[in-house]
Amino acid sequence: MSFSKMPLVEANQALDASSLSLDSERTLYPYVTGTSVVAFKYRDGILMAADMGGSYGSTLRYKTVERIKPIGKHSLLGASGEISDFQEILRYLDELILYDNMWDDGNSLGPKEVHNYLTRVMYNRRNKFNPLWNSLVLGGVKNGQKYLGMVSMIGVNFEDNHVATGFGNHLARPILRDEWNEDLSFEDGVKLLEKCMRVLLYRDRSAVNKLQIAKITEEGATLFPPYSLKTFWGFEAYKNPTVGAEGSW
Amino acid sequence: MSKATIDLPPKGGFSFDLCRRNDMLSKKGARPPSYRKTGTTIVGIIFQDGVILGADTRATEGPIVCDKNCEKIHYMAPNIYCCGAGTAADTEAVTDMVSSQLQLHRYDTGRESRVVTALTFLKRHLFNYQGHVQAALVLGGVDFTGPHLHTIYPHGSTDTLPFATMGSGSLAAMSVFESKYREGLTKDEGINLVSEAICAGIFNDLGSGSNVDICVITKGHKEYLRNHLLPNANVYALKREYTFPKKTEVLLTKITPLREKVEIIEGGDAMEE
Repeated sequence: MSFSKMPLVEANQALDASSLSLDSERTLYPYVTGTSVVAFKYRDGILMAADMGGSYGSTLRYKTVERIKPIGKHSLLGASGEISDFQEILRYLDELILYDNMWDDGNSLGPKEVHNYLTRVMYNRRNKFNPLWNSLVLGGVKNGQKYLGMVSMIGVNFEDNHVATGFGNHLARPILRDEWNEDLSFEDGVKLLEKCMRVLLYRDRSAVNKLQIAKITEEGATLFPPYSLKTFWGFEAYKNPTVGAEGSW
Repeated sequence: MSKATIDLPPKGGFSFDLCRRNDMLSKKGARPPSYRKTGTTIVGIIFQDGVILGADTRATEGPIVCDKNCEKIHYMAPNIYCCGAGTAADTEAVTDMVSSQLQLHRYDTGRESRVVTALTFLKRHLFNYQGHVQAALVLGGVDFTGPHLHTIYPHGSTDTLPFATMGSGSLAAMSVFESKYREGLTKDEGINLVSEAICAGIFNDLGSGSNVDICVITKGHKEYLRNHLLPNANVYALKREYTFPKKTEVLLTKITPLREKVEIIEGGDAMEE
């Protein structure tokens, strides 16, 4: 967390004329951040999980932040990174869905379309050096077709069977690569999600033990109420680490 | 010719003389040559009868793999082994040095080495060099007090753990351990778990690759399974040799021994000094 001021009254002024007004409005660092989101396709649709923590630097400031939201009839959006930018994205998408509904033509925006829109928004903001500091996970089902994609804050986008953001890339992806398969049932999917979220809870310092699981199927989106995972701390070595080695730790 | 002043030999240890100059150079943009690192996955677990250590076998020099099958599990004592991640020279040198120190200590005490002895030698040395010796180690062994597993960080801090991972692939391997480790594993279950963790590192981390090495240490007995798993075998190698049928017809073969053409003088004058 750094609170450095813009060098407005220093010698740099002569070098960079634009450092006076426009720069101070760019996003330079994230302030309130959410940690990883994990999602994958299962038999009936998409399963997504995220914890409910919003960290302010190294403080766990907010513990009931919903980082997964339904978008329109067919999609779920999960975000990690700056929470205020996520709320801004939700407003853009709200407007998008509203205009789509106003056409009243029986068509509705599917996950692929929303994903494409988000990619364009993120990439364009990055080009103006004013990024929306988020990693977004967009999943949905339309006309029986499951879709799961990811967009990063610099506009990198791709589609895959299982995605994770932030620390989830390093900790959850190896598990998913090993144990994901096409035809997971809902119960197996939740077990797999819990496995990933438990590892993240143990090893990610900004994780909170309050997670929210969401699923989206052809019928629609369901956000389940938040709950906590059971953790195990009873290893012998944890109870008595210095047995046989007095004075060490 | 004798010199006017006598140069004293250096007192030993790391000489910090060039550090300021290196710092100045790197500020001006001259990058130092990159070290040969073992971008690595190393792991250890405590199972029911002892300790199992595992490591991958890739050594990297920046973006290039310089050794496809190096050995990262180093011998410390008959009952203690150590996996090393970080700069290859540092891990080799430090484990070699402490191995010798342990041998001398064994002669001195007349007893089997303890894991905490190796731990203290290593952490004292690494702390002394304030993190400049870039060796991150997973030390495991069984002595008369039981099985022990420790991690040692380059700055000299240590942890005592039931399962440990280090190196660039440590997060991938740790995700396997956090979801699947439990106490009281049998030897086969332990070997499988360690192999799975190393494979997670090999396939999900770019700095780790090639094969899986395993070392099982129990009371009074050790098993060093070099290349226990070869998940990246060269499947598509050509089996036939590169011989091609000769296309030119041979019309005539004539052999002229060269001895007849050249006069050889035995003896002769010796070379001048």
